[in-house]
Amino acid sequence: MEIPYTVSARQDTGLWNAKIGIWLFLASEVMLFGGLFSAYIFLRLGAGSVPGYVWPMHVLNVPLGFVNTLVLIGSSVTVILSWAALKLGEWKNFKLWMGLTLALSLTFLVIKSFEYKAKFTHYGVFLKSGEVITGHHLHAADDHLTIVPDEGHGHGAAKGGHGETGKADAAAGHGAEKADAGHATDPATLKGVSRQADGSLRIEKSEVFRYANHGPKYNTFYAIYFTLTGLHALHVIGGALVLGYFFFRGHVLYQKAPEHLANRVEVGGLFWHFVDLVWIFLFPLLYLL
Amino acid sequence: MAHSPEEIRKHVRFYIGVFGALLVLSAITVGVSYIHIGPPESNTGNIAVGLLIATVKAGLVAAFFMHLAGEKPLIYRVLLFTVIFVIGLFGLCIFAFHDDIPALF
Repeated sequence: MEIPYTVSARQDTGLWNAKIGIWLFLASEVMLFGGLFSAYIFLRLGAGSVPGYVWPMHVLNVPLGFVNTLVLIGSSVTVILSWAALKLGEWKNFKLWMGLTLALSLTFLVIKSFEYKAKFTHYGVFLKSGEVITGHHLHAADDHLTIVPDEGHGHGAAKGGHGETGKADAAAGHGAEKADAGHATDPATLKGVSRQADGSLRIEKSEVFRYANHGPKYNTFYAIYFTLTGLHALHVIGGALVLGYFFFRGHVLYQKAPEHLANRVEVGGLFWHFVDLVWIFLFPLLYLL
Repeated sequence: MAHSPEEIRKHVRFYIGVFGALLVLSAITVGVSYIHIGPPESNTGNIAVGLLIATVKAGLVAAFFMHLAGEKPLIYRVLLFTVIFVIGLFGLCIFAFHDDIPALF
């Protein structure tokens, strides 16, 4: 069956069909991400109403996030250049720019996975006294934990209440670390905590309220961070698959109907710009503010 | 949109310009986030500035990369409804936040 209006515009809409299709789809995508962004607003406003709570700021790797911002904006430009090359009938330039787009999308995902890994291997131990010890290489035995504590402010320990909310969650936060630097305590002096010969800490489980890596369950911030960036990363993967199809299989359609391929690339590009657009909001909200 | 080759080449130069603007705005948004803006003991000022820059960047991407500056009316109509519904969604969230359930707090 021949699909109509792939290149020429319909009389009543003034558009070729895929253009309307992608915009309707993007409208639904706006609602999907809109729902998650409103969840972010809701959680953040709710956190603000808890006395003493500091929403974690600058706890993610800002340089990596910034590089990823540049990578994604760059790929938005290369995808539009590949479309322009098709419009000009320059097949080699199309391959060049589209190949570059794919390379940039892969770069984004690789950087993102390093960021995720850093969070998954970074632990926080919430003590019953309200202190939090953060560090790496956590091992759990029957009655105690061992952890290599973070260097820096408060030697990885910060004062705060425990639980899902409360200041303990802000231990990972910039503000809280700064605030506590003045009266930082050596974690080894805390009840049930002792320093071992190799510099790691031994923490008796009887003093531990809970412990977790900085994954979604660590606190509200990480929950919404992984939800938003995870869904965004899935969109990057989906977009890269579609653009990859144009890159590897585009020549088949190009020989038959180059304008049709150009329109397909434009539609794929529109989705790609949308993914970039979501990141433009995600980066400041999660990394900077 | 009928494009002559000259028009497209002109567009390409313009896209590169938009790309430059986006890079500059990205650098500004990072720099500004380390400077406290607005009332003390509150980051409202920083959030406002950060979101303002993000909105300008999103506007550049939507208007030029997504060709929304100069699109057909039907697309605008679809997006008008999208904007209304998104604002409604955010509004619901704000209303819900201000509607405390006394038994829980």
